[in-house]
Amino acid sequence: MATASHNTSEDGVVVLHCPPELAKIPLVNHDRSLGWITENVASICEEKTRRYWWIGFFLFAPIALLVPTLLSYQVANGVGVWGENQPFGWAWDITNFVFWIGIGHAGTLISAILFLTRQKWRTSINRAAEAMTLFAVMCAGLYPGFHVGRFWKAWYLFPIPNWNGIWQNYRSPLLWDVFAVSTYFTVSVLFWYVGLIPDLATLRDRAKSKIKQFAYGVAALGWRGGNRHWQHYEMAYLILAGLSTPLVLSVHSIVSFDFATSVVPGWHTTIFPPYFVAGAIFGGFAMVLTLMLPARLFYPQLDDMITRNHVDKMAKIILLTGTIVGYAYLMELFVALVYSGNFYESNAFYNRATGWYAWHYYAMMFCNVISPQIFWSKKMRHNYIVVFIVCQFVNAGMWYERFVIIGTTLAQDFLPSSWGHYTPSWVEVFTFIGTFGMFITLFLLFMRFLPMITIFEVKAVKPEADPHFHPEGDHGHDSHATAKPKEAAAH
Amino acid sequence: MPQIFQRGANLVPLKILLVLGALATGAVGAVWYYFTPEYTKVGYQPSQPIPFSHKVHAGQLNIDCRFCHSFADSGAHSNLPSTQLCMGCHTQVQKDSPKLEPLRQGWASGKGVPWVQIHKTPDHAYFNHSVHINRGVSCVECHGRVDQMDVVYQAKSLTMNFCLECHRAPENALRPLDKVTDLGWKAPTQADELASLLGTTPDKLKLKAGDQLTPGKAQKVMGEHFKVQRGVLPPDSNCAGCHR
Repeated sequence: MATASHNTSEDGVVVLHCPPELAKIPLVNHDRSLGWITENVASICEEKTRRYWWIGFFLFAPIALLVPTLLSYQVANGVGVWGENQPFGWAWDITNFVFWIGIGHAGTLISAILFLTRQKWRTSINRAAEAMTLFAVMCAGLYPGFHVGRFWKAWYLFPIPNWNGIWQNYRSPLLWDVFAVSTYFTVSVLFWYVGLIPDLATLRDRAKSKIKQFAYGVAALGWRGGNRHWQHYEMAYLILAGLSTPLVLSVHSIVSFDFATSVVPGWHTTIFPPYFVAGAIFGGFAMVLTLMLPARLFYPQLDDMITRNHVDKMAKIILLTGTIVGYAYLMELFVALVYSGNFYESNAFYNRATGWYAWHYYAMMFCNVISPQIFWSKKMRHNYIVVFIVCQFVNAGMWYERFVIIGTTLAQDFLPSSWGHYTPSWVEVFTFIGTFGMFITLFLLFMRFLPMITIFEVKAVKPEADPHFHPEGDHGHDSHATAKPKEAAAH
Repeated sequence: MPQIFQRGANLVPLKILLVLGALATGAVGAVWYYFTPEYTKVGYQPSQPIPFSHKVHAGQLNIDCRFCHSFADSGAHSNLPSTQLCMGCHTQVQKDSPKLEPLRQGWASGKGVPWVQIHKTPDHAYFNHSVHINRGVSCVECHGRVDQMDVVYQAKSLTMNFCLECHRAPENALRPLDKVTDLGWKAPTQADELASLLGTTPDKLKLKAGDQLTPGKAQKVMGEHFKVQRGVLPPDSNCAGCHR
């Protein structure tokens, strides 16, 4: 890989210098050809199933079965099989709901906001991140439904005319939450699916068996790749990106309103919406890396598309959002202990740091604020093992954060006479483990049946996709070539 | 490469949409009609051990409801009459009727008659009979024209919506206290008659003397009057009013 360091070309045209540190880092390593990209992404769905995949599947699918099993057990025996009770009405279930819904934020952030801000590095990770988003929202969606205790009445969450003569309380953020999450899921599915169509057509055209041709053919909706198709596609994708962008910010803001609009000390805080959104992006990126780093290990060809540079950028986002979250933690403490002068507020935070659940608080602080600081070092950002380990800390830390917010607050509020402990029951613990099984099983199925990298978008960020691109030694005849520093990456 | 799909495949999504649309509409309609208490509960008429006719007792004989259901106006719960009360008459009247055999047996054994309950409010709803009756809500509002039923059946849906309709507009159900068990009674539609019933003048009710009112309007005027007079404030949006 050379850099653009020519002085003058043979025809005497001056070419701008480009020192190596300013040279663009290529988004696809080894200057892979367009055909190579198609071949190596599509082959993941086409080759014979690898042993690794089967091992993973048979490891995680049984764990996933815990979810329907234990939820049936809960429905059959009542919500009492969970450990929560007054005053601890929101325990692991809501903690896990917020945990999963938070993870579901990275996908749409990568697809929508990074798309609108023209961040080209998103192309190789957006598909997988969006899939991850959908699976995380599915895991999250289970919890409020079963948390109501009588699952068959969960439809009361939605404003449907009913024989009780009652209507949802539109002043309650719990209702906004229903709309926010269901809208988010719908738009994310549409966004993901629209982005899949051209690649599904690629798979259809490459498919050998009749069944695959038919299945991918139906899913590809008759895509032929004509100009008109692309024009409509680009417009649809842009509109969906525009629709999703506010959702990235709104969904977790509204989740935070579930707490912030209450009057419970420790919840009643205006800092919650931005702090929750930052935390969601933080946790979401950690989960993206948690899935993508092992995927690169099992499919080494992905190495050229999900490069060190991609991991580096995601690590930087984790560092940024982790620091925002850390700022929010400290600001909460400052407001509660120093600034508010409210006895109950300061007591709530005093109890967080010294009370029954104090170790959760310190685990949260360490995992979310201290551990990502290692990413200030480029060397560490480039060490996949370190990145993976820090991501696990972040995953755990974000769970602790939600438990600290929900748990410590409910355990000790205004009156000591109404304080109460909580211990999760085995049903809750294994349901939570089951959601991880469900999440990973769904992701494994996704990897096996759908192209996990957006083939056509990665091609579009290759240098030769640029209309001004000229292969090496061919730049002298065109004034464009001299007018701007060429993408060094091309060479 | 041969085509994967025939030309006809272009129409398949449209056909699927149409069929799904029809199915969805049908499903919504079916749920709307069949899954509601209006369908599942109203008309429930279990066969009772004795074909006791309210039409005869409450209708033809004009026995007051409270003669048998004696605690309806003084207790939270309305009782069924004891066998002793029944036998108070039936040792004299129809004393050899084979239809009354279960009654005589229940009387002799002291176990009573195993009547089948028809009207049932759920356990989590706190319903007090006396409160309603003593504010002038007639039996007919929830139980229908029992005085015209040979064998009693459930006449109203008794859903929470049914309760709330009245709780949100109690003036549609209030009447003079001495007319509570007079199931066929209606508010007089003549303005002067109505006013004298309420012990006032048509002017004070904002009516013109000699006016002829619709039955609905008459009930509303009367209900509003009683609502103020009796201080009727039913819980209409507070869950804890009925679910304690």
